Amino acid sequence: MLLAHEGEEAAVPLTGWFLEHAWLIPLIPAVAFFAIIFFGKKCKRGGSEIGIAAMVASLVISAGTAYQWIQGVGEETAPVIKEWTWFKIGGLEASIGSHIDGLAMIILLLVAFISTLVQIYSTEYVRGDRRYTHFFASLTLFSGGMLTMVLAPNMVQFILGWEIMGLCSFLLIGHWWEEAANSKAALKAFFTVRTGDMGLLVGTGVLLAIVGNLNIGDRVVDGETLHGINSWAAAPGSHPMLAVAAVALFIACIGKSGQFPLHTWLPDAMAGPTPVSSLLHSSTMVVAGVFLVARLYPVFHTGLDINVAGHHFNLIAVIGGITILIAAGLAFVQNDIKKVLAYSTVSQLGYMMMGLGVGAWVPAVFHIFTHAFFKCCLFLCAGSVAHTGSHHSFDMKKDMGGLRKKMPVTFWAWIVSTAALCGVPFFSGFFSKDEIIDSAHGNHYTVFYIIGLIGAFMTTAYMTRATYLTFFGKARGGAAHFVGHHEDHSHEAAHDEGHAEAADDHGAHGHDDHHAPVTHGKPLRFAPDDSPWQITVPLIILGVLAFASGYLNAAPFHIEKMHEWLHSSIGVTLPEAPVFEWINAAPSIILVLAGFLISLFVSKAVFGEGNSPLKGLTKRVAPLRWGHTFLVNKYYLDALYEKVIVHGIAHPISRAAYWTNQHILDATVNAVGKGGKQAGDFVYKYLDQGLVDGAVNGSGATARGAGSALQPVQSGKVNLYGALLFGAAAVGALVLVLVNS
Amino acid sequence: MLINEFLLLGAVLFCIGVYGVIARKNAVLVLMSIELILNSVNINLLAFDRLWNGQNDGSVFALYIIAVAAAEVGVGLAMVLLIFRNRKTISLDDLSEMKG
Repeated sequence: MLLAHEGEEAAVPLTGWFLEHAWLIPLIPAVAFFAIIFFGKKCKRGGSEIGIAAMVASLVISAGTAYQWIQGVGEETAPVIKEWTWFKIGGLEASIGSHIDGLAMIILLLVAFISTLVQIYSTEYVRGDRRYTHFFASLTLFSGGMLTMVLAPNMVQFILGWEIMGLCSFLLIGHWWEEAANSKAALKAFFTVRTGDMGLLVGTGVLLAIVGNLNIGDRVVDGETLHGINSWAAAPGSHPMLAVAAVALFIACIGKSGQFPLHTWLPDAMAGPTPVSSLLHSSTMVVAGVFLVARLYPVFHTGLDINVAGHHFNLIAVIGGITILIAAGLAFVQNDIKKVLAYSTVSQLGYMMMGLGVGAWVPAVFHIFTHAFFKCCLFLCAGSVAHTGSHHSFDMKKDMGGLRKKMPVTFWAWIVSTAALCGVPFFSGFFSKDEIIDSAHGNHYTVFYIIGLIGAFMTTAYMTRATYLTFFGKARGGAAHFVGHHEDHSHEAAHDEGHAEAADDHGAHGHDDHHAPVTHGKPLRFAPDDSPWQITVPLIILGVLAFASGYLNAAPFHIEKMHEWLHSSIGVTLPEAPVFEWINAAPSIILVLAGFLISLFVSKAVFGEGNSPLKGLTKRVAPLRWGHTFLVNKYYLDALYEKVIVHGIAHPISRAAYWTNQHILDATVNAVGKGGKQAGDFVYKYLDQGLVDGAVNGSGATARGAGSALQPVQSGKVNLYGALLFGAAAVGALVLVLVNS
Repeated sequence: MLINEFLLLGAVLFCIGVYGVIARKNAVLVLMSIELILNSVNINLLAFDRLWNGQNDGSVFALYIIAVAAAEVGVGLAMVLLIFRNRKTISLDDLSEMKG
């Protein structure tokens, strides 16, 4: 173990009730999970009230923690650590507790806040579901797991939280497992992420070997500083194995955060209910990988040579950059509104990774923060549209269009969030995403600067396409029915009928149509045709935050709150962030505008009314058709994994086994059989007929008598066999005791 | 030495397991109950190992039991899976072909 003797003065840690009791934040949802499992079904609202109450309690404590942190934070404030021994193996002592610093504080607040809103939304969205209680139990457990991970003081607790999230992701994607596609998607997500998770274990093992402990921050033991992973990695001249640890850990991040080449699970994960997509698969769980990189930033920064002069590429930035472009490209050919958002999420996660890869730590974490609000809001809008407007279908081409008048709250929340996602100036995404792009430029990563700009252009273009298909143009399918009905009917009546029809139409719609007959809650007064208030109120809150959250770190206005609060969590010295100038932001603003105009023009021509020469272009022109097919098939990555890798490993093995079976085993068996037959003929002739038959017939008769006596015991009931077995064992034990005493 | 508490825990787990084997109709749950029984035995072994300050014989046995239990559950689950594929049910009540 590395002990520092220099006696460097650590700043005095902050004190405060909330900071020292932050361990309650994950504990409350964890306890609530058990409460819901055991008592949920007996509750009046099926356990959702327990989940919401727990999340509100967590949110209050998180807010208190954040307040006390913000009050006391300085340039180099030490984290507030509180821990107890969990278990000891040999020299390793794993503790469990809380580690509060700027990064943990902001993500805690984020997760608790979004979890609360999504749970409120879910009370309406999954109302009447057959596994309503289990749904809330899993959501609550997920929040507990994520919060456990966020305030982990060491890697052991980090892995604990990480794996709980993986489990909940599996449970929630497969919430409607009766449909084969859903359970297949859940398995795919689980296995793909597990593939990456091996890296987490390997990386943690390597860190343990080279650092000597698994603490993230420093501890003071007997008056001496015991260096944790971060300060150990940041010290000059650290270990060459650090690169191995960084690569291994980053593989875990690739799996969890849906980075190329393991991103394929995330779009399939949309098979889960929409609240799950919005909470786990866009705003919180999938940023866990980004969070890991940010949490252990010195390991990656030193191990992968980030910000070293002369290095223009590094693993994190390259993977992030590839992910941005690949996912954005796929978003253009999706018909399912949730798939568009899923690919958009993958692409935005690419931005965060790329930000960390170019040394833009604060902007990347800030992008986690803003992205969570606007992407969660977009997903909830998509859910609102499906729930109320399109008869539970997510197909933009078949069942949407023209919904903006009827669903004003959903529409405006969507527009604000889309603007934030695209990086329209003065919306939150502009401040975070542009900061990443700007830093890539400022830190001399020119290639990634260009990728960031292209990504911004593509983002705007595919979001314009999705917006046009969903809210503008002519209403189609389910939406046409919805819009038409509301011309002259009241809200309630239309809905009853709508649901009857949705039920008839089961096969045609993909997922999310499993509710039993639903009784709707009340809509807000000013939007009578929109979704009920449990859905629209979270939309309004998130929509406001999608705009406003950017002003915590708005470079153009010299607001750097995020930088002040989080600075002490970085752990390494980064290059100065470039000073904001409008002229530097101009390229991305122009590209966003261009993306909007081009996409609007093309969308109107292709999807709108009238005969445009652009219609059917991908069918008529061969190179475009090839490109389209290539995108529709997701670059053939799924086929590569399933057909080439899985089959490539499984097929030779089975072929070899078959060959062994045919040529070696069968030959042996045949030879033995032939020999046996000859011997048998001989025995039959002389021994069997004469001597044995008599004996056999006699014993046969005896066995038959015994068999019919014992026949009732052979009931075929396994449980009865078990009971007999244990009964006999009990009698045996009794005899043993009697004999021995 | 906390021997009684461990033995009590082992006994309670054993009883739950036996109850599960006898009362449950779902094959997977029966397999899980068997796991419980095996683990109660493990607890006993470890408790006695500590009590007699042995040369870790009990711990080694417990490790063997864990390995055997893993193999057992592997075979058991494979059988359950095949039964489910063929008959679309894993309720033990429906599996009475072996009735004499």
